Amino acid sequence: MIKFTNVFKAFPKGGLALKDVSFHVAKGEFAFLTGHSGAGKSTVMKLIYADERPTSGEVRVSGYNVNEMRPRDVPMLRRRLGIVFQDFRLLEDRTAEENVAFALEVTGARVSTIAARVMRVLTQVGLAAKAQAYPRELSGGEQQRVAIARALVNEPTVLLADEPTGNLDERATRGVFQLLRDINASGTAVVMATHDLDLVRQAPYRVIELQEGALVYDSAVDEASPRDQAAAP
Amino acid sequence: MNLTFREAMLTFKRAPLLSALSVTTIAFSLFVLGLFGLVVVNLQDALRSVEERVEVVAYLLPGAPVEAVAQALKDIEAFPEVQSATYVSEDDALARARAELVELRDVMQELERNPLPASIEVKLKPGFRDTDHVSAVAERLRGFGFVDDVRFGRDWVEKLDRLRGLAAAVGIVVGAAFAVVAIIIIGTTIRMAVLQRSREIAIMRLVGATDGFIRRPFLLQGAIKGLLGGGVAIGLSFGAYVLINRYLLQSAFFTQEQAAAIVAFGALIGLLGSSLSVGRHLKRV
Repeated sequence: MIKFTNVFKAFPKGGLALKDVSFHVAKGEFAFLTGHSGAGKSTVMKLIYADERPTSGEVRVSGYNVNEMRPRDVPMLRRRLGIVFQDFRLLEDRTAEENVAFALEVTGARVSTIAARVMRVLTQVGLAAKAQAYPRELSGGEQQRVAIARALVNEPTVLLADEPTGNLDERATRGVFQLLRDINASGTAVVMATHDLDLVRQAPYRVIELQEGALVYDSAVDEASPRDQAAAP
Repeated sequence: MNLTFREAMLTFKRAPLLSALSVTTIAFSLFVLGLFGLVVVNLQDALRSVEERVEVVAYLLPGAPVEAVAQALKDIEAFPEVQSATYVSEDDALARARAELVELRDVMQELERNPLPASIEVKLKPGFRDTDHVSAVAERLRGFGFVDDVRFGRDWVEKLDRLRGLAAAVGIVVGAAFAVVAIIIIGTTIRMAVLQRSREIAIMRLVGATDGFIRRPFLLQGAIKGLLGGGVAIGLSFGAYVLINRYLLQSAFFTQEQAAAIVAFGALIGLLGSSLSVGRHLKRV
Protein backbone atom coordinates (compact mmCIF):
# COMPACT_ATOMS: atom_id res chain seq x y z
CA MET A 1 0.00 0.00 0.00
CA ILE A 2 2.62 2.51 1.16
CA LYS A 3 6.22 1.45 0.98
CA PHE A 4 9.28 3.57 1.74
CA THR A 5 12.62 1.98 0.90
CA ASN A 6 15.81 3.74 2.05
CA VAL A 7 14.30 7.15 1.42
CA PHE A 8 16.44 10.26 1.66
CA LYS A 9 15.05 13.72 1.15
CA ALA A 10 17.29 16.77 1.00
CA PHE A 11 16.07 20.25 1.81
CA PRO A 12 16.44 22.59 -1.16
CA LYS A 13 18.91 24.69 0.83
CA GLY A 14 20.94 21.78 2.07
CA GLY A 15 20.56 19.40 4.99
CA LEU A 16 18.43 16.28 5.11
CA ALA A 17 14.72 16.21 5.90
CA LEU A 18 14.68 12.42 5.83
CA LYS A 19 17.58 10.03 6.35
CA ASP A 20 17.30 6.47 5.15
CA VAL A 21 13.64 5.93 6.06
CA SER A 22 12.08 2.55 5.30
CA PHE A 23 8.67 1.30 6.34
CA HIS A 24 5.65 -0.39 4.92
CA VAL A 25 2.01 0.32 5.75
CA ALA A 26 -0.32 -2.47 4.73
CA LYS A 27 -3.85 -2.34 3.48
CA GLY A 28 -6.33 -1.57 6.22
CA GLU A 29 -3.64 -0.71 8.75
CA PHE A 30 -3.71 2.21 11.21
CA ALA A 31 -0.31 3.79 11.76
CA PHE A 32 0.73 6.76 13.86
CA LEU A 33 3.57 8.85 12.64
CA THR A 34 5.07 10.60 15.64
CA GLY A 35 7.95 12.88 16.43
CA HIS A 36 8.66 16.51 17.32
CA SER A 37 7.94 19.34 14.96
CA GLY A 38 10.54 19.27 12.23
CA ALA A 39 11.20 15.56 12.68
CA GLY A 40 10.06 14.90 9.12
CA LYS A 41 6.43 13.83 9.58
CA SER A 42 5.08 16.29 7.06
CA THR A 43 7.81 15.42 4.59
CA VAL A 44 6.77 11.77 4.81
CA MET A 45 3.18 12.84 4.18
CA LYS A 46 4.17 14.99 1.21
CA LEU A 47 6.11 12.13 -0.30
CA ILE A 48 3.08 9.89 0.07
CA TYR A 49 0.78 12.27 -1.78
CA ALA A 50 3.50 13.06 -4.31
CA ASP A 51 3.86 16.72 -3.44
CA GLU A 52 7.57 16.02 -3.11
CA ARG A 53 9.81 13.40 -4.63
CA PRO A 54 12.50 11.51 -2.78
CA THR A 55 16.10 12.58 -3.34
CA SER A 56 17.03 8.94 -3.29
CA GLY A 57 15.39 5.71 -2.31
CA GLU A 58 11.96 4.59 -3.42
CA VAL A 59 8.42 5.58 -2.43
CA ARG A 60 5.57 3.41 -3.65
CA VAL A 61 1.97 4.31 -2.97
CA SER A 62 -1.08 2.43 -4.10
CA GLY A 63 0.64 0.98 -7.15
CA TYR A 64 2.40 4.22 -8.14
CA ASN A 65 6.12 4.79 -7.94
CA VAL A 66 6.40 8.37 -6.69
CA ASN A 67 10.01 8.64 -7.92
CA GLU A 68 9.17 8.29 -11.57
CA MET A 69 5.58 9.42 -11.70
CA ARG A 70 4.48 11.54 -14.62
CA PRO A 71 2.99 14.84 -13.42
CA ARG A 72 -0.35 13.95 -14.95
CA ASP A 73 -0.56 10.82 -12.85
CA VAL A 74 -0.28 12.78 -9.62
CA PRO A 75 -3.99 13.77 -9.57
CA MET A 76 -4.89 10.12 -10.20
CA LEU A 77 -2.87 9.03 -7.18
CA ARG A 78 -4.45 11.71 -5.02
CA ARG A 79 -7.92 10.54 -5.93
CA ARG A 80 -7.06 7.25 -4.29
CA LEU A 81 -5.95 9.03 -1.13
CA GLY A 82 -7.91 11.10 1.32
CA ILE A 83 -5.89 13.91 2.87
CA VAL A 84 -6.73 15.79 6.07
CA PHE A 85 -4.72 18.68 7.50
CA GLN A 86 -4.38 20.44 10.79
CA ASP A 87 -5.79 23.63 9.27
CA PHE A 88 -8.73 21.85 7.58
CA ARG A 89 -8.14 23.55 4.20
CA LEU A 90 -11.77 24.07 3.38
CA LEU A 91 -12.93 26.53 0.74
CA GLU A 92 -14.34 29.35 2.83
CA ASP A 93 -16.92 30.48 0.32
CA ARG A 94 -18.55 27.11 -0.12
CA THR A 95 -20.88 25.27 2.18
CA ALA A 96 -19.92 21.99 3.86
CA GLU A 97 -21.85 20.16 1.20
CA GLU A 98 -20.21 22.08 -1.64
CA ASN A 99 -16.76 21.52 -0.17
CA VAL A 100 -17.32 17.79 -0.17
CA ALA A 101 -19.01 17.78 -3.57
CA PHE A 102 -16.06 19.69 -4.99
CA ALA A 103 -13.73 16.73 -4.40
CA LEU A 104 -16.07 14.59 -6.47
CA GLU A 105 -16.57 17.15 -9.19
CA VAL A 106 -12.87 17.50 -9.87
CA THR A 107 -12.68 13.80 -10.56
CA GLY A 108 -15.36 14.06 -13.18
CA ALA A 109 -17.88 12.03 -11.18
CA ARG A 110 -21.36 11.71 -12.67
CA VAL A 111 -23.34 14.75 -11.56
CA SER A 112 -26.45 12.71 -10.82
CA THR A 113 -24.60 10.65 -8.20
CA ILE A 114 -22.83 13.47 -6.41
CA ALA A 115 -25.56 14.73 -4.06
CA ALA A 116 -26.29 11.26 -2.70
CA ARG A 117 -22.63 10.40 -2.17
CA VAL A 118 -22.01 13.72 -0.43
CA MET A 119 -24.93 13.23 1.95
CA ARG A 120 -23.77 9.73 2.73
CA VAL A 121 -20.30 10.83 3.87
CA LEU A 122 -21.66 13.86 5.71
CA THR A 123 -23.96 11.49 7.57
CA GLN A 124 -21.02 9.21 8.26
CA VAL A 125 -19.08 12.04 9.92
CA GLY A 126 -22.21 13.21 11.77
CA LEU A 127 -22.72 16.50 9.98
CA ALA A 128 -25.73 15.86 7.76
CA ALA A 129 -27.67 18.53 9.63
CA LYS A 130 -25.05 21.17 8.87
CA ALA A 131 -24.63 20.48 5.17
CA GLN A 132 -25.64 24.02 4.30
CA ALA A 133 -23.31 25.72 6.77
CA TYR A 134 -20.23 27.63 5.68
CA PRO A 135 -16.90 26.77 7.34
CA ARG A 136 -16.95 29.98 9.43
CA GLU A 137 -20.27 28.88 10.91
CA LEU A 138 -18.78 25.60 12.11
CA SER A 139 -16.62 24.79 15.13
CA GLY A 140 -13.09 23.53 14.60
CA GLY A 141 -14.13 19.95 15.21
CA GLU A 142 -16.99 20.28 12.78
CA GLN A 143 -14.75 21.81 10.13
CA GLN A 144 -12.34 18.90 10.52
CA ARG A 145 -15.27 16.51 10.09
CA VAL A 146 -16.14 18.24 6.83
CA ALA A 147 -12.51 17.86 5.74
CA ILE A 148 -12.65 14.16 6.66
CA ALA A 149 -15.90 13.79 4.73
CA ARG A 150 -14.22 15.39 1.75
CA ALA A 151 -11.31 12.97 2.10
CA LEU A 152 -13.67 10.01 2.28
CA VAL A 153 -16.02 10.85 -0.53
CA ASN A 154 -13.75 9.38 -3.19
CA GLU A 155 -13.59 6.12 -1.22
CA PRO A 156 -9.84 6.21 -0.73
CA THR A 157 -7.77 3.18 0.18
CA VAL A 158 -5.61 5.32 2.45
CA LEU A 159 -6.53 8.29 4.59
CA LEU A 160 -3.61 10.59 5.39
CA ALA A 161 -4.13 12.81 8.39
CA ASP A 162 -1.41 15.37 9.12
CA GLU A 163 -1.91 16.54 12.71
CA PRO A 164 -5.70 16.38 12.30
CA THR A 165 -6.31 17.26 15.94
CA GLY A 166 -3.61 19.91 16.24
CA ASN A 167 -6.09 22.78 16.25
CA LEU A 168 -8.84 21.10 18.26
CA ASP A 169 -9.79 21.11 21.92
CA GLU A 170 -9.79 17.88 23.86
CA ARG A 171 -13.42 16.99 23.23
CA ALA A 172 -13.23 17.63 19.52
CA THR A 173 -9.95 15.72 19.40
CA ARG A 174 -11.58 12.66 20.90
CA GLY A 175 -14.48 12.89 18.44
CA VAL A 176 -12.25 13.24 15.40
CA PHE A 177 -9.95 10.45 16.55
CA GLN A 178 -12.90 8.15 17.10
CA LEU A 179 -14.11 8.99 13.62
CA LEU A 180 -10.71 8.04 12.16
CA ARG A 181 -10.82 4.75 14.10
CA ASP A 182 -14.29 4.02 12.72
CA ILE A 183 -13.07 4.75 9.22
CA ASN A 184 -10.15 2.39 9.75
CA ALA A 185 -12.49 -0.26 11.13
CA SER A 186 -14.43 -0.19 7.88
CA GLY A 187 -11.26 -1.12 5.97
CA THR A 188 -9.50 2.13 5.03
CA ALA A 189 -5.84 2.37 5.96
CA VAL A 190 -5.08 5.45 8.06
CA VAL A 191 -1.72 7.17 8.48
CA MET A 192 -1.96 9.81 11.15
CA ALA A 193 0.88 12.18 11.91
CA THR A 194 0.62 13.55 15.43
CA HIS A 195 2.69 14.63 18.37
CA ASP A 196 -0.18 14.07 20.80
CA LEU A 197 1.24 11.12 22.76
CA ASP A 198 -1.93 10.78 24.83
CA LEU A 199 -3.79 9.84 21.69
CA VAL A 200 -1.08 7.42 20.66
CA ARG A 201 -1.25 5.66 24.04
CA GLN A 202 -5.03 5.38 23.86
CA ALA A 203 -5.04 2.98 20.96
CA PRO A 204 -3.21 -0.24 20.22
CA TYR A 205 -2.03 0.96 16.84
CA ARG A 206 1.30 0.82 15.16
CA VAL A 207 3.66 3.72 15.94
CA ILE A 208 6.39 4.96 13.65
CA GLU A 209 8.61 7.54 15.29
CA LEU A 210 10.85 9.99 13.48
CA GLN A 211 13.66 11.99 15.01
CA GLU A 212 15.54 14.58 13.01
CA GLY A 213 14.58 12.87 9.80
CA ALA A 214 15.54 9.35 10.85
CA LEU A 215 13.16 6.52 11.72
CA VAL A 216 14.06 5.69 15.33
CA TYR A 217 11.21 3.42 16.33
CA ASP A 218 8.66 1.27 14.55
CA SER A 219 6.44 -0.77 16.83
CA ALA A 220 5.74 -3.26 14.06
CA VAL A 221 9.45 -4.02 13.72
CA ASP A 222 10.72 -3.45 17.24
CA GLU A 223 8.00 -5.24 19.18
CA ALA A 224 6.63 -7.85 16.87
CA SER A 225 8.35 -10.26 14.54
CA PRO A 226 8.98 -8.66 11.12
CA ARG A 227 6.67 -11.18 9.45
CA ASP A 228 3.72 -9.79 11.35
CA GLN A 229 4.19 -6.30 9.92
CA ALA A 230 1.56 -6.71 7.30
CA ALA A 231 -1.00 -8.01 9.75
CA ALA A 232 -0.51 -5.33 12.39
CA PRO A 233 -2.22 -4.16 14.48
CA MET B 1 -18.04 22.54 -19.50
CA ASN B 2 -20.99 23.26 -17.25
CA LEU B 3 -18.72 23.02 -14.25
CA THR B 4 -16.07 25.21 -15.90
CA PHE B 5 -18.71 27.84 -16.58
CA ARG B 6 -20.06 27.66 -13.05
CA GLU B 7 -16.57 28.02 -11.53
CA ALA B 8 -15.73 30.92 -13.84
CA MET B 9 -18.96 32.72 -12.95
CA LEU B 10 -18.40 32.01 -9.27
CA THR B 11 -15.25 34.13 -9.37
CA PHE B 12 -17.22 37.13 -10.57
CA LYS B 13 -19.64 36.60 -7.74
CA ARG B 14 -17.05 35.97 -5.07
CA ALA B 15 -14.56 38.65 -5.99
CA PRO B 16 -16.72 41.29 -7.67
CA LEU B 17 -14.32 44.10 -6.88
CA LEU B 18 -11.24 42.44 -8.28
CA SER B 19 -13.21 41.26 -11.31
CA ALA B 20 -14.50 44.76 -11.94
CA LEU B 21 -10.96 46.05 -11.53
CA SER B 22 -9.66 43.57 -14.11
CA VAL B 23 -12.39 44.49 -16.58
CA THR B 24 -11.74 48.21 -16.03
CA THR B 25 -7.99 47.78 -16.47
CA ILE B 26 -8.46 45.79 -19.64
CA ALA B 27 -11.01 48.34 -20.85
CA PHE B 28 -8.70 51.31 -20.32
CA SER B 29 -5.66 49.58 -21.77
CA LEU B 30 -7.65 48.71 -24.86
CA PHE B 31 -9.17 52.20 -24.87
CA VAL B 32 -5.72 53.76 -25.17
CA LEU B 33 -4.92 51.27 -27.89
CA GLY B 34 -8.27 52.09 -29.49
CA LEU B 35 -7.62 55.83 -29.44
CA PHE B 36 -4.34 55.25 -31.17
CA GLY B 37 -6.20 53.00 -33.60
CA LEU B 38 -8.59 55.85 -34.32
CA VAL B 39 -5.66 58.13 -35.09
CA VAL B 40 -4.27 55.53 -37.48
CA VAL B 41 -7.63 54.94 -39.13
CA ASN B 42 -8.16 58.66 -39.69
CA LEU B 43 -4.60 59.20 -40.86
CA GLN B 44 -5.09 56.46 -43.41
CA ASP B 45 -8.34 58.05 -44.55
CA ALA B 46 -6.59 61.37 -45.00
CA LEU B 47 -3.72 59.76 -46.91
CA ARG B 48 -6.18 57.94 -49.10
CA SER B 49 -7.96 61.12 -50.07
CA VAL B 50 -4.63 62.69 -50.92
CA GLU B 51 -3.64 59.59 -52.88
CA GLU B 52 -6.79 59.80 -54.92
CA ARG B 53 -5.38 62.91 -56.47
CA VAL B 54 -2.39 61.03 -57.87
CA GLU B 55 -2.86 61.20 -61.63
CA VAL B 56 -0.78 60.87 -64.74
CA VAL B 57 -1.54 63.28 -67.56
CA ALA B 58 -0.44 62.58 -71.12
CA TYR B 59 -0.53 65.71 -73.32
CA LEU B 60 -1.30 64.92 -76.94
CA LEU B 61 0.26 66.38 -80.05
CA PRO B 62 -2.05 68.66 -81.97
CA GLY B 63 -4.10 66.79 -84.57
CA ALA B 64 -3.78 63.36 -82.99
CA PRO B 65 -6.09 61.02 -84.93
CA VAL B 66 -9.41 60.52 -83.08
CA GLU B 67 -9.65 56.77 -83.74
CA ALA B 68 -6.11 56.17 -82.56
CA VAL B 69 -6.79 58.13 -79.36
CA ALA B 70 -10.03 56.20 -78.76
CA GLN B 71 -8.20 52.90 -79.20
CA ALA B 72 -5.39 54.12 -76.92
CA LEU B 73 -7.93 55.00 -74.22
CA LYS B 74 -9.21 51.41 -74.27
CA ASP B 75 -5.67 50.06 -74.12
CA ILE B 76 -4.75 52.32 -71.25
CA GLU B 77 -7.83 51.33 -69.28
CA ALA B 78 -6.75 47.74 -69.69
CA PHE B 79 -3.45 48.42 -67.87
CA PRO B 80 -3.53 46.53 -64.56
CA GLU B 81 -2.64 49.69 -62.59
CA VAL B 82 -5.24 51.92 -64.17
CA GLN B 83 -8.55 52.79 -62.60
CA SER B 84 -9.78 55.20 -65.28
CA ALA B 85 -8.54 57.05 -68.34
CA THR B 86 -10.35 60.15 -69.49
CA TYR B 87 -9.91 62.05 -72.73
CA VAL B 88 -9.89 65.82 -72.33
CA SER B 89 -10.20 67.64 -75.65
CA GLU B 90 -8.66 71.06 -76.35
CA ASP B 91 -12.05 72.68 -75.89
CA ASP B 92 -12.69 70.87 -72.63
CA ALA B 93 -9.31 72.00 -71.41
CA LEU B 94 -10.05 75.60 -72.24
CA ALA B 95 -13.46 75.46 -70.64
CA ARG B 96 -11.95 74.04 -67.52
CA ALA B 97 -9.20 76.61 -67.45
CA ARG B 98 -11.76 79.37 -67.75
CA ALA B 99 -13.76 77.97 -64.90
CA GLU B 100 -10.80 77.33 -62.60
CA LEU B 101 -8.50 80.22 -63.34
CA VAL B 102 -10.87 83.06 -62.67
CA GLU B 103 -8.09 85.66 -62.53
CA LEU B 104 -7.06 84.92 -66.09
CA ARG B 105 -10.61 84.83 -67.43
CA ASP B 106 -10.18 88.09 -69.35
CA VAL B 107 -7.00 86.92 -71.00
CA MET B 108 -8.67 83.67 -71.92
CA GLN B 109 -11.61 85.48 -73.49
CA GLU B 110 -9.33 87.40 -75.80
CA LEU B 111 -7.47 84.39 -77.10
CA GLU B 112 -7.76 83.96 -80.83
CA ARG B 113 -6.56 80.45 -80.77
CA ASN B 114 -6.83 77.78 -78.06
CA PRO B 115 -3.26 77.29 -76.76
CA LEU B 116 -4.14 74.26 -74.60
CA PRO B 117 -3.39 70.73 -75.79
CA ALA B 118 -5.78 67.82 -75.56
CA SER B 119 -4.82 65.24 -72.92
CA ILE B 120 -5.55 61.86 -71.44
CA GLU B 121 -5.92 61.90 -67.66
CA VAL B 122 -5.11 58.58 -66.06
CA LYS B 123 -6.10 57.69 -62.50
CA LEU B 124 -4.49 54.70 -60.82
CA LYS B 125 -6.02 52.02 -58.67
CA PRO B 126 -5.35 52.06 -54.91
CA GLY B 127 -2.12 50.28 -54.17
CA PHE B 128 -0.49 51.51 -57.40
CA ARG B 129 -0.26 55.16 -56.39
CA ASP B 130 3.45 55.12 -55.58
CA THR B 131 6.49 56.40 -57.45
CA ASP B 132 7.44 53.11 -59.09
CA HIS B 133 4.03 52.29 -60.50
CA VAL B 134 3.31 55.87 -61.50
CA SER B 135 6.63 56.12 -63.35
CA ALA B 136 6.01 52.81 -65.11
CA VAL B 137 2.60 53.94 -66.33
CA ALA B 138 4.04 57.28 -67.43
CA GLU B 139 6.76 55.49 -69.37
CA ARG B 140 4.20 53.35 -71.15
CA LEU B 141 2.13 56.39 -72.04
CA ARG B 142 5.17 58.01 -73.63
CA GLY B 143 5.29 55.06 -76.01
CA PHE B 144 2.16 56.22 -77.85
CA GLY B 145 3.16 58.11 -80.99
CA PHE B 146 0.71 60.96 -80.53
CA VAL B 147 1.76 61.70 -76.94
CA ASP B 148 3.81 64.86 -76.63
CA ASP B 149 4.63 64.90 -72.93
CA VAL B 150 3.69 63.05 -69.73
CA ARG B 151 3.47 64.74 -66.31
CA PHE B 152 2.70 63.34 -62.91
CA GLY B 153 4.35 65.52 -60.29
CA ARG B 154 7.20 63.19 -59.39
CA ASP B 155 8.29 65.16 -56.30
CA TRP B 156 4.82 65.13 -54.92
CA VAL B 157 4.34 61.41 -55.41
CA GLU B 158 7.72 60.71 -53.81
CA LYS B 159 6.76 62.79 -50.78
CA LEU B 160 3.54 60.89 -50.53
CA ASP B 161 5.54 57.66 -50.61
CA ARG B 162 7.66 58.80 -47.70
CA LEU B 163 4.66 59.99 -45.74
CA ARG B 164 2.97 56.65 -46.22
CA GLY B 165 6.07 54.76 -45.09
CA LEU B 166 6.39 56.97 -42.03
CA ALA B 167 2.74 56.52 -41.10
CA ALA B 168 3.06 52.75 -41.41
CA ALA B 169 6.26 52.67 -39.31
CA VAL B 170 4.82 54.87 -36.58
CA GLY B 171 1.60 52.85 -36.64
CA ILE B 172 3.42 49.57 -36.20
CA VAL B 173 5.97 50.72 -33.62
CA VAL B 174 3.66 52.81 -31.44
CA GLY B 175 0.80 50.34 -31.92
CA ALA B 176 3.02 47.45 -30.87
CA ALA B 177 4.27 49.42 -27.85
CA PHE B 178 0.72 50.19 -26.76
CA ALA B 179 -0.29 46.58 -27.32
CA VAL B 180 2.64 45.30 -25.24
CA VAL B 181 1.79 47.71 -22.42
CA ALA B 182 -1.84 46.59 -22.57
CA ILE B 183 -0.79 42.93 -22.46
CA ILE B 184 1.51 43.51 -19.47
CA ILE B 185 -1.10 45.45 -17.50
CA ILE B 186 -3.82 42.95 -18.29
CA GLY B 187 -1.48 40.06 -17.49
CA THR B 188 -0.76 41.61 -14.09
CA THR B 189 -4.42 41.99 -13.16
CA ILE B 190 -5.14 38.44 -14.17
CA ARG B 191 -2.15 37.29 -12.19
CA MET B 192 -3.65 39.01 -9.15
CA ALA B 193 -6.84 37.04 -9.68
CA VAL B 194 -4.84 33.83 -9.83
CA LEU B 195 -2.82 34.67 -6.72
CA GLN B 196 -5.98 35.58 -4.86
CA ARG B 197 -7.14 32.03 -5.44
CA SER B 198 -3.82 30.28 -4.88
CA ARG B 199 -5.08 28.65 -1.67
CA GLU B 200 -8.04 27.34 -3.53
CA ILE B 201 -5.84 26.06 -6.32
CA ALA B 202 -3.69 24.24 -3.77
CA ILE B 203 -6.79 22.60 -2.29
CA MET B 204 -8.07 21.63 -5.72
CA ARG B 205 -4.80 19.88 -6.41
CA LEU B 206 -4.88 18.05 -3.10
CA VAL B 207 -8.23 16.51 -3.87
CA GLY B 208 -6.95 15.30 -7.23
CA ALA B 209 -7.94 18.00 -9.71
CA THR B 210 -5.94 17.85 -12.92
CA ASP B 211 -4.13 20.98 -14.09
CA GLY B 212 -6.48 21.19 -17.02
CA PHE B 213 -9.48 21.14 -14.72
CA ILE B 214 -7.99 23.96 -12.65
CA ARG B 215 -6.96 25.95 -15.68
CA ARG B 216 -10.20 25.89 -17.66
CA PRO B 217 -12.31 28.19 -15.45
CA PHE B 218 -9.45 30.70 -15.36
CA LEU B 219 -9.15 30.70 -19.13
CA LEU B 220 -12.88 31.17 -19.57
CA GLN B 221 -12.89 33.87 -16.94
CA GLY B 222 -9.95 35.64 -18.59
CA ALA B 223 -11.62 35.51 -21.97
CA ILE B 224 -14.87 36.88 -20.54
CA LYS B 225 -13.04 39.69 -18.79
CA GLY B 226 -11.19 40.49 -22.00
CA LEU B 227 -14.44 40.45 -23.95
CA LEU B 228 -16.15 42.76 -21.48
CA GLY B 229 -13.11 45.03 -21.33
CA GLY B 230 -12.97 45.16 -25.14
CA GLY B 231 -16.66 46.05 -25.27
CA VAL B 232 -16.21 48.84 -22.74
CA ALA B 233 -13.13 50.07 -24.63
CA ILE B 234 -15.16 50.32 -27.85
CA GLY B 235 -17.82 52.22 -25.92
CA LEU B 236 -15.22 54.65 -24.51
CA SER B 237 -13.62 55.08 -27.93
CA PHE B 238 -17.01 55.84 -29.40
CA GLY B 239 -17.59 58.43 -26.71
CA ALA B 240 -14.23 60.00 -27.50
CA TYR B 241 -15.05 59.91 -31.19
CA VAL B 242 -18.36 61.68 -30.64
CA LEU B 243 -16.68 64.41 -28.57
CA ILE B 244 -13.88 64.87 -31.09
CA ASN B 245 -16.38 65.12 -33.91
CA ARG B 246 -18.47 67.66 -32.08
CA TYR B 247 -15.68 69.93 -30.83
CA LEU B 248 -12.55 69.32 -32.86
CA LEU B 249 -12.74 67.84 -36.30
CA GLN B 250 -14.68 65.56 -38.55
CA SER B 251 -13.23 62.09 -38.19
CA ALA B 252 -14.01 58.47 -38.91
CA PHE B 253 -14.82 55.65 -36.47
CA PHE B 254 -13.86 52.00 -36.69
CA THR B 255 -15.74 49.82 -39.12
CA GLN B 256 -17.75 47.05 -37.51
CA GLU B 257 -15.02 44.58 -38.42
CA GLN B 258 -12.35 46.72 -36.78
CA ALA B 259 -14.44 47.13 -33.63
CA ALA B 260 -15.04 43.39 -33.52
CA ALA B 261 -11.30 42.85 -33.96
CA ILE B 262 -10.57 45.03 -30.92
CA VAL B 263 -13.07 43.12 -28.78
CA ALA B 264 -11.65 39.84 -30.05
CA PHE B 265 -8.14 41.10 -29.27
CA GLY B 266 -9.31 41.83 -25.71
CA ALA B 267 -10.68 38.31 -25.36
CA LEU B 268 -7.46 36.89 -26.78
CA ILE B 269 -5.27 38.87 -24.38
CA GLY B 270 -7.52 37.81 -21.50
CA LEU B 271 -7.17 34.20 -22.57
CA LEU B 272 -3.41 34.36 -23.10
CA GLY B 273 -2.83 36.34 -19.91
CA SER B 274 -4.77 33.80 -17.87
CA SER B 275 -3.12 30.91 -19.58
CA LEU B 276 0.34 32.31 -18.84
CA SER B 277 -0.29 33.23 -15.21
CA VAL B 278 -2.13 30.03 -14.34
CA GLY B 279 0.46 28.00 -16.17
CA ARG B 280 3.27 29.68 -14.29
CA HIS B 281 1.44 29.32 -11.04
CA LEU B 282 0.71 25.64 -11.56
CA LYS B 283 4.29 24.96 -12.51
CA ARG B 284 5.64 26.69 -9.44
CA VAL B 285 3.44 25.13 -6.77
